[in-house]
Amino acid sequence: MLRDITLGQYYQTDSVIHRLDPRVKLGGTLLYMISLFLFENIWGHLLAALFLAAVIRISRVPFRFMVRGMKTILFLILITVTFNLFLTPGEALVTVWKLTITREGVRMAVFMVIRLTLLIIGSSVMTLTTTPNNLTDGLEKMLGPLKLLKVPVHEVAMMMSIALRFIPILLEETDKIMKAQMARGADFDTGNLIQRAKALVPLLVPLFISAFRRANDLAMAMEARCYRGGEGRTKMKPLIYRRCDYIAYLVILAYLVCKVLAGVLL
Amino acid sequence: MALKVDHVSYLYEEGMPLSRKALDDICLDIPQDQFIGVIGHTGSGKSTLMQHLNGLLTPTEGHIYYMGRDISAKDFDRKMLRSKVGLVFQYPEHQLFETDVFADVCFGPKNLGLPKEEIEGRAGEALEKVGIPREMYSMSPFELSGGQKRRVAIAGVLAMQPEILILDEPTAGLDPRGREEILDQIRQLRRQTHITVLLVSHSMEDVAEYVDRIIVMNQGRIMYDDVPKAVFAHYRELEQVGLAAPQVTYIMNALKESGLEVDTQATTIQEAACSLRKVFSAVGR
Amino acid sequence: MDIIEAKEVSFEYVRRDEEGNVEGTTRAVDHVSLDIRQGEFIAILGHNGSGKSTLAKHMNAILCPTEGTVWVDGKDTRQESEIWNIRQSAGMVFQNPDNQIIGQVVEEDVGFGPENMGVPTEEIWERVEESLKAVGMYQYRKHSPNKLSGGQKQRVSIAGVLAMHPKCIVLDEPTAMLDPNGRREVIRAVRALNQVEGVTVILITHYMEEIIHADRVFVMDQGHIAMEGTPREIFSQVERLKALRLDVPQVTLLAYELQKSGIPLPDGILTREEFVEEVGKLLGK
Repeated sequence: MLRDITLGQYYQTDSVIHRLDPRVKLGGTLLYMISLFLFENIWGHLLAALFLAAVIRISRVPFRFMVRGMKTILFLILITVTFNLFLTPGEALVTVWKLTITREGVRMAVFMVIRLTLLIIGSSVMTLTTTPNNLTDGLEKMLGPLKLLKVPVHEVAMMMSIALRFIPILLEETDKIMKAQMARGADFDTGNLIQRAKALVPLLVPLFISAFRRANDLAMAMEARCYRGGEGRTKMKPLIYRRCDYIAYLVILAYLVCKVLAGVLL
Repeated sequence: MALKVDHVSYLYEEGMPLSRKALDDICLDIPQDQFIGVIGHTGSGKSTLMQHLNGLLTPTEGHIYYMGRDISAKDFDRKMLRSKVGLVFQYPEHQLFETDVFADVCFGPKNLGLPKEEIEGRAGEALEKVGIPREMYSMSPFELSGGQKRRVAIAGVLAMQPEILILDEPTAGLDPRGREEILDQIRQLRRQTHITVLLVSHSMEDVAEYVDRIIVMNQGRIMYDDVPKAVFAHYRELEQVGLAAPQVTYIMNALKESGLEVDTQATTIQEAACSLRKVFSAVGR
Repeated sequence: MDIIEAKEVSFEYVRRDEEGNVEGTTRAVDHVSLDIRQGEFIAILGHNGSGKSTLAKHMNAILCPTEGTVWVDGKDTRQESEIWNIRQSAGMVFQNPDNQIIGQVVEEDVGFGPENMGVPTEEIWERVEESLKAVGMYQYRKHSPNKLSGGQKQRVSIAGVLAMHPKCIVLDEPTAMLDPNGRREVIRAVRALNQVEGVTVILITHYMEEIIHADRVFVMDQGHIAMEGTPREIFSQVERLKALRLDVPQVTLLAYELQKSGIPLPDGILTREEFVEEVGKLLGK
């Protein structure tokens, strides 16, 4: 049932990619995404695909895990393709009833599919090789300068990591409350929309109460362990760039240069 | 036979690399009007087994029959089963959600589609059985003490008027007073209504005095299924799997080993005291 | 030297009605005085609502007394400026193991306290290692807390407090939600802390068998300290304990039953071995 949902899709193995600083992976993914939308030619996309294939290879994560992320957004891709196919003005290829497929439309649709696929797989590589905790750490450190603008970066990062810790607990609790109410004859599966929404009350009320109770307990436990915000805190696992991180930055830079060159020259 | 469990096995996370056998070839008969203790430690499969009995989980292998009918059959009315086999989960007070005690107890019978008078009649009766006084009916469940909340939650299941009542560790997390109150209520309930009660517990002491039969579970299997005295006679084997017989059993066995003619079958303080008094009077003290 | 001293401490909760108007006050702790010396193992016993948890929260400056004074390691808990020093010298472990673990990996959770205190990175690692070893959880340092048993989670929580190098640890019903195996694990870890590391332990519980090894026991009832003494002194007052509706170990009860029928066993027998020995003596074996 609900316990089958896994959050964050971290794939446990040991590779150079796994060991990279999360900031490199976050930054790299961002740059990679931008690079996908820079130029529109087949050679550029081929380069992007090859680069990604190499990274996946090094990461030692089986390819089927990468594709898993695709299933959820297949629908989105289909819609984009349909829109691009039919709504791009240009030289008509086929006309069915009022809908026209144009040469430009086909071109756009193909590029769109390639881009989105690379984009999704590219970000999957990041989430598959970085623990959620590491990601939050990386975000906190990267967004650190925003603190000067009074953005509560540490607090947001702390909230994210607490949420990540408690989501599995609350999911399990949902499962338990659901079963307990089913044992009292509750029915979550039948009826129309309104009936189903109503049926959720006996599930949601206890769940919220429990979440508040947990939050209250946790706040007390954190205070008892001297937590008083980000100020004056040290880190058990501070993020420090090592040699391989600098090399990774160089590789990404080299890729970007090639991509731009491919875009300009070809 | 009210419930018959026939060679039931259950796999968690079937088909996944981490799948494990939570239940392994369980056979069990549960008749009417019996008080049964189910003992086993965390992970022994006892909670999983209990969730099979009212159809919340479906066996991977084997069958469960209620009144001779297979409960996994397509046309079997599972809602009816859940009203006949009432299951009270661990920490049942976490399922309370209504604004007042009475309304919460009405939830179960309401789901059965009964007329209003019947619903309220049943709710009142159930609350009475667990000893919640009338002036508490209109209170919010969250104003009550831990023990009271739990009794209200039990009433919520009793109001469905089950023939078999399963209580999964009804005393977990309560203080001695709350524990005693709950166990007293259950005993009284048994006397008044003759429904079958399955009391799931870690604690032999909790069940030793009252139950007719003890089922000991270990690693997804049934280790013993017998009357209490016969089960406690295996106190050494129980110890090996991390379960303990009542303390009295150990005391009496230790006395016996020191050469005294005491009754090692004694499981309660009263029985033990009685046996020891005999020994003392025999030597003239 | 006294690590904790409470003098005439009272604490009142303000009750409010639905509109938030003050309805009245409830006195949870009522003129309690006690002192705890460095290195002692103290147990505080009582059922829910006896004020024991409220009292415990005073020892870590989570609550401040309405009347009277609490000194932790010589510092008055009402002094704002000392609050973090107090929380560092008196660590606290709570009842629900799930609601006090912050980290997603065991070792990160144990490092949370030292991180907050501003301990340098390298020293955090040393502290985490020694704390996890002290509670026997070192081999689980890379695990997710969600995959641990209740007893293991509580040991991680204890390690988390230990890594802050406190002088005393207050454990507020750390075993109430655990099964018997988990309970044993936690109590064993707590005793080791006290005996090996010399940390002052204040254990709040309602399980009688957990207080047998304490140096001193306080029994609380209705906000007062109702009894005080060594475990043996406490257990010799079976009638009084029963009046407070607290459990008494079965050996002690059995000895008491026999005493009542005129068999001259000594007061306050705590263990099986003692009982067998005393009975043997009387019967001349």
